[in-house]
Amino acid sequence: MILVFASAANIFSKPVLTSLLVGGLLAGLPLMFTALGETISERAGVLNLGLEGMMLAGAYTGFLGAYYLHSATVGFVFGALGGMIGALFMVVLCVWLGLDQIVVGIAITLAGEGLTSVLQGAQFGTTYPRLGAPTLASIPLLDRIPVVGPSLFNQPPIAYVCFVLAGLMFWAFRSTNIGLNLKAAGEKPEALDAAGVSVIATRSWAALATGALAGVGGAYLSIVAAGVFTPMMTQGQGYMAIVIAMLARGKPIWVVGASFLFGISLSIATALQLAGINISTDLINMLPFLTIMVALIIFGRRAYLPPGLAVPYVRGMR
Amino acid sequence: MNEAGQARSAAASTTPAVELVSISKAFPGVQANDNVSVSLYSGEIHCLLGENGAGKSTLMGILAGMQQPDSGHIRVAGQEVVITSPRTALDYGIGTVYQHSTLVGALTVVENLILGESRALRLNVSRATERLSEFSAMLGVEIDPNALTSDLALGRQQQVEIIKALWRGSRVLILDEPTSMLTPQAVTELQVVLNRLREAGLAVVFITHKLHEAVALSDRISVLRQGRVIGTIDREQVRESSPDELESAIVHLMFGDTLEDASAPELHIAIEEREPGSAAPADTVVDSDGAAVALELNDARVRGDGSQPGLDGVSLQLRFGEVLGIAGVDGNGQRALAEAISGQRRLTHGQISFLGAPVASLSVWQREKLGLRYVTDDRLGEGIVRSLPVSVNLVLKRIGHAPYWRRGQVKRDAIDRNARELVEQFDIRTPSIDTRAGTLSGGNIQKLLLARELTGEAKVVVFHKPTYGLDLKTTRTVRNMIKGLRDGKAALLISTDLDELLECADRIAVLSRGKVVGIVENGPGAAEQIGRLMIGDVSLGLAAA
Ligand SMILES: Nc1ncnc2c1ncn2[C@@H]1O[C@H](COP(=O)(O)OP(=O)(O)OP(=O)(O)O)[C@@H](O)[C@H]1O
Ligand SMILES: [Mg+2]
Repeated sequence: MILVFASAANIFSKPVLTSLLVGGLLAGLPLMFTALGETISERAGVLNLGLEGMMLAGAYTGFLGAYYLHSATVGFVFGALGGMIGALFMVVLCVWLGLDQIVVGIAITLAGEGLTSVLQGAQFGTTYPRLGAPTLASIPLLDRIPVVGPSLFNQPPIAYVCFVLAGLMFWAFRSTNIGLNLKAAGEKPEALDAAGVSVIATRSWAALATGALAGVGGAYLSIVAAGVFTPMMTQGQGYMAIVIAMLARGKPIWVVGASFLFGISLSIATALQLAGINISTDLINMLPFLTIMVALIIFGRRAYLPPGLAVPYVRGMR
Repeated sequence: MNEAGQARSAAASTTPAVELVSISKAFPGVQANDNVSVSLYSGEIHCLLGENGAGKSTLMGILAGMQQPDSGHIRVAGQEVVITSPRTALDYGIGTVYQHSTLVGALTVVENLILGESRALRLNVSRATERLSEFSAMLGVEIDPNALTSDLALGRQQQVEIIKALWRGSRVLILDEPTSMLTPQAVTELQVVLNRLREAGLAVVFITHKLHEAVALSDRISVLRQGRVIGTIDREQVRESSPDELESAIVHLMFGDTLEDASAPELHIAIEEREPGSAAPADTVVDSDGAAVALELNDARVRGDGSQPGLDGVSLQLRFGEVLGIAGVDGNGQRALAEAISGQRRLTHGQISFLGAPVASLSVWQREKLGLRYVTDDRLGEGIVRSLPVSVNLVLKRIGHAPYWRRGQVKRDAIDRNARELVEQFDIRTPSIDTRAGTLSGGNIQKLLLARELTGEAKVVVFHKPTYGLDLKTTRTVRNMIKGLRDGKAALLISTDLDELLECADRIAVLSRGKVVGIVENGPGAAEQIGRLMIGDVSLGLAAA
């Protein structure tokens, strides 16, 4: 009896709370990047099921950049480029040639999984070289908030980039021509074309941006979270990002919130262990996917997909 | 307006603002344009007439950059140009209202207007809102800048499209059937606007199927048939002839003779009678006058879309052997009425009875099977599946049912036979029955819908703007079909075209803000009475707004 009370109280103890919040944030960041990316291309009418592969590509190229050039920043740039290489297939095959987006997306995922594993093996054999611990930057004042402040607001710089990005996207979707064009490209591409804006160009840029963000999301996993690249290290996070993007109905702020929640469900294992509650790790590993299923059951109806999604655009075809 | 200045200088010269020279364009199975040459002059309204599928939209699509011609060339202000994209066309000052809406429903009116306008990063909504109010004042319309366009009535949407085409200071304005959805009053207003634009020196192309509009507006007329220009009436001739002379000249060009002669022999389409001689079904309900009631609405209430009214307590009786017209300004609950009857919308209150039995809880398919049919006004959206062939679209509402499907297997023969018969009977112009329905011309899509809904055991048919976008002959055919339903069946004809109602209906109910404000017996003086009922509504509406 006393034991239960003690552990219940422990759940709200300082280390548990911080590990939940900080862990949720750190585990949520790659989802956030990737789902923000998916939000862009879905808005423009390109369904990108290749996210998982693009994340892996980004994780791998990002790791190489950071490892050989000794800079996390360079690593992230490489990660973005890696993701964009994956997205290039999407652009050429789907946006330009009008092939089926679902088929090509899955092919990109499979290719990303295979290629990165093979390359990693060829390069490093069975050794897994590690990067140093990431440098952290703290936000003045906020890091003085009691209990959670010092750890929550002392993060690798890329974490702040993510939030700035979400804010930028929020603004861009509401008050810029780019946001308007993206929306028109997904809702009614012929209207955008008639208004004198190239649908193909709009969708191509959107798909590339998605690739870049998925690449950064992947690079985050290898550079910051793990400090090492291991094959298949994304573990289905690309798919989770797709679900998050759909549930968020194209709203960046919702993407941030949902990613954070999913991040918490990913990091809950550590928190539970800190609280002294021991549950089978198999159960805990299932948790993120359970969360997804529950979220889909509860919120699935509110998912919104634009009418032009996954429909190739050819001018003058009716 | 600065475009007026630019245009005036263009008007001074005699070179056409735009010349289309020997344009040809083929689609699989059809020569849509065959060596077409047309010149547009500044300060003139050029009417383009021709039957459904004649190639009018294709020609304008080529000028607007939506289609590339197979051969021929285009000159703008005497200079040979290649229009590779809609953007190029816009840059040459060519603004277009396409036949099928290019508004994005999920965007607001203002957002639709500024879409693609500027390469600047930030949207300038407040300036656009101001400009919109200038344009609305000029057009004499009231448009909420922040309304989602999908919430606007179709007529209102068409006004937004016209503003959109004028928005970037066009010197050439293409209007592909801009009036098909407008009320007579709005058409008159549009004519005033077009006259003003003509005076400002714009070159306007005006495509219409309504002769009186062509007569009232045009400075020059070209008639197309099967992709070729088969006749033109030039400026002098238009100016010298009286309206009546002009009208008969056009009819002569289009049909070789007068309309009556042209349409009488080949266009009589009898509606298929599966059980000949049967008037009203046996188990009939009879109204107070002793006439059999086909369809009855009792205090029906239905929700509307967005800001549009639904139905607010409508009671109506449709008797066998009559055509009941529904008049009213578009967006006063017409769609709600049609969809409540067809079963696409649930009643929140009241009852609908069909052949004496309540049907409010029946599905669309169940009502369909009882003999209740609905010809929608949203022909591209819910009317057809664009990517399916004509043959399948003709049995769309019977997918999975005999004789077209048996034991889960599709019976291609039955589907094709049905399609060939209907294509022939309804004169649907299509390269083949396997052509994707979306590629047909607007008018032919409408014929497809009618063909599908009027065959089989139709007992009561609800028509929603059945002749919009149809050419003269087809309009005639369709109206005859509707009148033909008097023979033992019944029709509810919802239309914004008063002439159509006066021609076809026995009684006309006026719908206003979701309520029936009066029912008028058709006959002498009916038009005035309906007009009064509708105007009463307009002034009420303004007072409330
Ligand atoms: N994109 C396309 N693909 C295939 N066929 C087409 C396409 N566009 C037009 N057509 C065909 O070209 C012909 C001319 O069509 P068009 O739309 O120009 O006729 P229209 O004169 O505008 O008729 P309507 O009065 O019914 O609008 C039709 O037979 C149509 O089926
Ligand atoms: Mg047309």
